[in-house]
Amino acid sequence: MVEFTLPKNSRIRKGKTWPAPEGATRVRTFQIYRWSPDDDDNPRLDSYEIDLDSCGPMVLDALIKIKNEIDPTLTFRRSCREGVCGSCSMNIDGTNTLACTKYIDDVKGTVRVYPLPHMRVVKDLVPDMNDAYAQLTSIEPWLKADTHPPDRERVQSPTDRKKLDGLYECILCFSCTTSCPSYWWNSDRYLGPAVLLQAYRWIVDSRDERTGERLDQLEDPFRLYRCHTILNCTKTCPKGLNPAQAIAEIKKLMVLRQG
Amino acid sequence: MSERTPLARARGLGAAHGGTHHWWIQRATSVVMVPLVLWFAFSLAALGPTDHATASAWLAHPVNAVLALVLIAAMFHHLHLGLEVIIEDYIHSRWIKFAMLILQKFVTVIFGFGAAFAVLKIALS
Repeated sequence: MVEFTLPKNSRIRKGKTWPAPEGATRVRTFQIYRWSPDDDDNPRLDSYEIDLDSCGPMVLDALIKIKNEIDPTLTFRRSCREGVCGSCSMNIDGTNTLACTKYIDDVKGTVRVYPLPHMRVVKDLVPDMNDAYAQLTSIEPWLKADTHPPDRERVQSPTDRKKLDGLYECILCFSCTTSCPSYWWNSDRYLGPAVLLQAYRWIVDSRDERTGERLDQLEDPFRLYRCHTILNCTKTCPKGLNPAQAIAEIKKLMVLRQG
Repeated sequence: MSERTPLARARGLGAAHGGTHHWWIQRATSVVMVPLVLWFAFSLAALGPTDHATASAWLAHPVNAVLALVLIAAMFHHLHLGLEVIIEDYIHSRWIKFAMLILQKFVTVIFGFGAAFAVLKIALS
């Protein structure tokens, strides 16, 4: 059965509180999920009181400030700090998003930060993405063509190029996939919105010659059809993309080729 | 924990090469039910509080009987497909899953045929 409650050793306890420095005027509390594989402790929520006057505007700025100035043991992924690398995806204020593009001011009251939901936690805010990345590999996200390549670029009409808009922008942060209840229950067989959007990105690419083969690989009650149009993916996407629509387009093509 | 590679796990047993029909029929039956349910609801409302003989006479009319049978077919087929999806979603123990899938098939078929039989009995008697 699906597990609806956390196992005993995953229950989150109250952690340490790191008070704001003396004289701080604009204090905001950050409650952050902490768990380390190095001890047998349960996960805990540590509270960090931050003076926003000495902190950048984004949640990632606060996380970096905490790591630099308060608690160097805090562990999280980050790289580009401008929403193009997809490393710092996490659950902030109940929604999966990128810490680097999420304004602290957009959160009312305490800022609660958890790792992406329903993934195995490596440490603190770092989830294990190995299986999700393997699912991406399984749809073979590269151009496949059997025609001898031309001496120049593979040309594409402006209309065909336009079909990739809203797809190519995906940075694979997996915010959508880990927001999807269907993925939570069946991540071993359902590919999830991020990977299906990538699959569609190659299915509609006019230069690709293996469209049917790609559809064959998705023709499966679990890989594709565990999508029940819940739309959490579209709601949460920090890049404003619409994975649910990409999935719907794949389903339409599946029906289209039947008759 | 399995020692298989993540890619081996992701590929699993491969694509089943099915699922579209299931999905499509679920959509088709739901679309068919929209006018039929409206027709059924409005007909019952128009009939109002009435006696057994009037209600039976209404259902015995060939048009009403045929539409009721189509509604029953669409509804129970849709129910069957939907329950199947719910069971697959939430039940991961293989044997319980298959037992539940077969059980729900039985139950929906019995109730569906029962409903159809009731309509036919009224219409043909």
